[in-house]
This record gives sequence, C-alpha cells and structure tokens, in this order.
Amino acid sequence: MPDKILEIRNIKREFHMGTEIVRALKGVTFDVAAGEFLTIMGSSGSGKTTLLNILGCLDKPTAGEYILDGTGVGKLSRNELAKLRNHKIGFVFQAYNLLPRTSALENVELPLFYNSSISARERKQKAIKALEAVKLADRLDHTPSQLSGGQQQRVAIARALVNEPVMILADEATGNLDSRTSYEIMALMQELNQQEGKTIVFVTHEPDIAAFSGRTVMLKDGKVLKDTVNEAKKSAKDVLASIPVTDDY
Amino acid sequence: MNVMNLIRIALRALQRNKLRAFLTMLGIIIGVASVIAMVAIGQGSKKSIQDALSSMGSNMITIRPNSNVTAGARLDATSVQTLTIDDVKALQKQAQYISFISPAVSTRGQAINGALNWPTSMQGVSPQYLDIRKWHVKEGNVFTEADVNTAAKVCLLGQTVVNNIFAPGEDPVGKIIRFNKIPFNVIGVLEAKGENAFGQDQDDVILAPFTTVQKRILATIYFQNIYVSATNENTTKLATAEISDILRRSHRLKPADEDDFAVRTQEELINTFSSTSQLLTILLTAIAGISLVVGGIGIMNIMYVSVTERTREIGLRMSIGARGIDILLQFLIEAILISITGGLIGVALGITASKLVTTFLSWPTLISQSSILLSFLVCGMTGVFFGYYPAQKASRLDPIEALRYE
Ligand SMILES: Nc1ncnc2c1ncn2[C@@H]1O[C@H](COP(=O)(O)OP(=O)(O)OP(=O)(O)O)[C@@H](O)[C@H]1O
Ligand SMILES: [Mg+2]
Repeated sequence: MPDKILEIRNIKREFHMGTEIVRALKGVTFDVAAGEFLTIMGSSGSGKTTLLNILGCLDKPTAGEYILDGTGVGKLSRNELAKLRNHKIGFVFQAYNLLPRTSALENVELPLFYNSSISARERKQKAIKALEAVKLADRLDHTPSQLSGGQQQRVAIARALVNEPVMILADEATGNLDSRTSYEIMALMQELNQQEGKTIVFVTHEPDIAAFSGRTVMLKDGKVLKDTVNEAKKSAKDVLASIPVTDDY
Repeated sequence: MNVMNLIRIALRALQRNKLRAFLTMLGIIIGVASVIAMVAIGQGSKKSIQDALSSMGSNMITIRPNSNVTAGARLDATSVQTLTIDDVKALQKQAQYISFISPAVSTRGQAINGALNWPTSMQGVSPQYLDIRKWHVKEGNVFTEADVNTAAKVCLLGQTVVNNIFAPGEDPVGKIIRFNKIPFNVIGVLEAKGENAFGQDQDDVILAPFTTVQKRILATIYFQNIYVSATNENTTKLATAEISDILRRSHRLKPADEDDFAVRTQEELINTFSSTSQLLTILLTAIAGISLVVGGIGIMNIMYVSVTERTREIGLRMSIGARGIDILLQFLIEAILISITGGLIGVALGITASKLVTTFLSWPTLISQSSILLSFLVCGMTGVFFGYYPAQKASRLDPIEALRYE
C-alpha cells in the first residue's frame, strides 16, 4: 500500500441558513493514496463541490478529521491554509477562472507570485514549462479571449501545475467542453497522473469521464454510496485515436 | 509574499484598466495641481509685497497723528492735527536711535509747464526724506536746509511728472513750472522708482521743502506724517519706544492719556499685509484641499466598484494561495499607486500652471517645496485612507463565495 496523501475521517459539513440547517456532508470517510487518480461522482446536490472545497482547504469541515500529506488541517489558521493551497494543491475549475485581458503566461505565473521563495526568472521559466506540459508553448501571449474553451482549461491546468503541487483537484473541469475536448483534457490528466505521479481528485457526473480514473467514489445525499476500484480503466489517448477527427460538421 | 510582487500585481491590474485608472486619478491630479498653484500664487504675492516694502527701507518708521479719545468723537487720521515742527526738533535733539528724520505734508494740484499740465501731488519734505526712502536724484541737486529755512520755491520732479509736462528730450532742470499757480524752480529730477506694492505710481510726485508747502500752499503748521529712519534694522524697536517717549513729553500727555500719534515700523506694515495674503492663501488652499478629498472619495468609490467587479478574481487568488493580507495589500497598493501617480502628474501640472500664471498674467508666483511635499504626503494618505476600506472588504471575502460570485 503506497503512502496516503489524504485521509478524511467522518467529515461533516453543515450550512446554517437562518434557522434551517443544510447538511451537505453527513460523515464522509475515505483515503487517497499518493499517485491515485480518483473521481468523485454523484447527482447534483450530493455534496461533491462541498467535499472538494474541503479537500482543497478552501473550506473547513464542521466536524471530522482531515489529514493532508501528514498534516492535520483542522487546526490550521487561515494564513496557514493559504500557504497549504499554494504549495500542495492545484485547483482546476469548471469555469476556468482565468484573469481576463491577461496573457496565458501571466495567468500561469499567478500562483508563484504568492510564493516568495521564487524569483522573477524562475517564475517565468516554471510557467513556460507548465504551458509546455499542456502543449500550449505557442500560445504564451494569448489572452483568454483569444483561446478556445479547451485551451483556456489547459491554461488553467498549467496554472494548477506550476507550483508543483502534490495533488490536483478538479471540479467538473470538463463540464463546459465538448466530448472530444473533454477527452483531450482527460488524456492530459492521465499523462500527469502516470508520468508525473500527480495525485488527482476529479469531480464529474459523467460516467464516461469517470471511466478514465482508477477509482470512483460515489456520493449520495452527503454520504459515500459506493467506493469502487475501476478495473477496466480506459486510456483517453486510445479513445481519442478511435474517434474520427472530422467529427464536426 | 514580498511587496515587489504585490506592486507588480497591482501595476498589472491598473494596466488592464488604464482609462479608468486615469479618470480616477483626475480628481487627485486636479486637487494637487490646484493646491500647488494656489499656494504658489499666495506665496508669490506675499513675497512681492514683502520685497517691495523692505525695498522702501526696512528701518523706516512712520509717525502719524492719531485721534485722541479725550477729544470725544474720533476723527479720521488725516484730519487730526497733532504733529508740528516742535516734534521734529524734539526728536532731532533727543533721539539716539534715529539717523534721519523728515516731516511730510502733501497736497494735490495741477502742475503746469507751458501748454502742458498734469494733476499730481506735491510732498513737502526735508532733504533727509531721500535718505529715508533710499531715493536719489537722477539729474540736478536736492534742495538744502537753507531752502527749507527760506521756504524756497524749488522742487524735485518724479519721472512720471517729467514725462507728462515736458517734451521728450527736454531737460527739466533749471526750468520754471507752476504748481497751483505758484512758480517753482526745478532743481532736480528723481530717479524712477516704479509702482509700489499696492500698484501706486511712486514717480507721480513733486518733492518740495516742507516749509514751502506749509506756508505757501496749505497755510498750516501741522504735518501729515513724520518719517524717521532708525540707525539700523535692529534698532527699530528701540527707536519706536524712544519716539513714543519723546512725543508724549513733547505733547505733554499725562500717563493716563492715550497717544495722540501712532508709530508704525515697516515690519509691522509687512506683517499686516502678509497676514492678509496669508489668510487668502489659507482660504484658497482649503478649497484646493477639499478637491483633494473629493478626489480621494473618487478613489474609494472606484476601489469599491473594482473589488465587487473582481470578486471572482479575488476568490481565485485566494484559492491559489493568496492570504487575506496579500489581497488587502494588493488593493491598497493599487489605491496608493493611483493617488501617487495622480499626485506626480498634479505636481507637474501645478508647477506648469504657476509658471503660466506668471508668464501670461504676470502675477508673481513662488513654488514652495513644502507645498509639494505636503500635497504629496496628503496624496499618499488619501490613497491609504480611502483605499483601506475597499481593500479590507476584499481581504475578508470568503474564497468559496467569491469564486461562486456572478
Ligand atoms: N454556501 C452554502 N450555503 C448553503 N447551502 C449550501 C452551500 N453550499 C452548498 N450548499 C448545499 O449543500 C448541498 C451540496 O452542494 P454541492 O454544491 O456540494 O453539490 P454538488 O454535488 O457539487 O452539485 P452539482 O453537481 O450541482 O455541482 C446542496 O444542497 C447545496 O444547496
Ligand atoms: Mg458542484
């Protein structure tokens, strides 16, 4: 059994809406090993985003324990959480969240601005390397409005990679993309997972996307419904090769 | 997080919205420019008044008659008559701190030379008057004590009078002119002195022995003024006290009586006029300062809009590791950059405006370093003060809610 990068024990998250209490997570427990590619599935409102926010240290659980890479997250201050996000986590959002009117390069550089140990030269080098990894080395100066949706998401992935995090968290990262572009993104994810050994937690509600991961946690009403290892893991590269390029009309 | 990075982030954010940044700056630019121009104009006029007054001789002392309370109804200073030749003699004999003394009595009238005539005033003075005023004759000679004793009909002409009653190139010295029908022998011409601090032409005057004016024109024994010059600039205070003492004795005033004369030093005059122009400067600066505050409110307004507009950006920055303080500083630095840049442009504009005022309106201006420094400081503080609350609002956002903001 490889090292556990992430352990959650009986995580609960309640939202207080006036007098009403919304129980988004009602006690979720699982581990993620280093180098694993995990998808979290579930119907809308099942608590996927809430869980991912907690895993990404953007939110704190109401109850339960969360250990990330050996550190208990529960006791950390806001600033320590920010540092953790900067050093250990790369986020990819459904809406890309790139800065408008800002070049791809500068967008990717962004996380490094909040890491004072990195010089301006290193920052640029690392950003270019990350953009090369997502095959956008020829689009450094393009602003988001000059890029396609898939390219924008790849910039966002490069931004998630640039600080060399131990894990990448993606919330419906393919939700706004057509299926071909989705497969391209998944092929990129698989490559990062297999070649760079990045741990990936990927939220989706599309089963064909989940099929590219090694394991799927199914949520329902804030609880783990199923936690299954995916025996017949598909290669996104192969799937891409099998569909004709002239799919569109 | 180092500050250089934050400055870079703030600069990039401003670059993305150049026009808006400039429009926000405009308030500050106008505020600073007007502060600097107003202070420059105020200081300039103050300095020119001071210069003009001290060019008259900063150790000059003026004695005027003053209304006496015991006389019942207070009278206008010019109609009060208390100064006589006895006072001049007493001062000449007893005062130690006085180097020159001249009584003065003046009257208006028509100066005529042949077919040319000119309305002007004649000042009856003693020869020492020119020493007190630091004035010289350009041609001819000054009248003498003998002329004073005999009430001689001799006079010195100011340049303006010469220009108006003599043809160009004609030498006035030795000619006879008439003033109020009385013939006067022109024995000298005064060098041109130009306008005084209040815009009066100092050359529009005829000087004659005071006895002549008193006896032959006004038929009076009183003076309107006595001008005195202290031995030097440091003895003006002593001289003033001494003069008061001597005049009180000479006028036989009892200890309880108020002075029936007033002694003014040039310094007091300077202070009087300085304080008026100071008040004006303060007023103008206050108005300009208000526009600076309005500019600051403009910054605050735009920063609030900017924070709301960039809520998602703030959420994103937090999700990739920005701490609250990083966000706070980013927005604060943006506000400060706007105000400081506005300040710089404002300083440049203010200096240019002051120069233009001097060039085209020929108003004196004096750009003081302190006003530049002050408005710069105020700018920085405006940035911090008005930028802080929006920045704090940004830093306190919840990252998840900020990311979800539409
Ligand atoms: N900030 C909040 N305040 C109140 N309730 C919330 C908040 N965030 C989430 N919830 C509630 O928690 C539950 C889970 O929400 P969550 O966003 O995690 O669902 P999800 O699985 O991501 O759904 P989807 O697939 O539609 O994105 C929902 O019922 C939602 O209404
Ligand atoms: Mg969701």
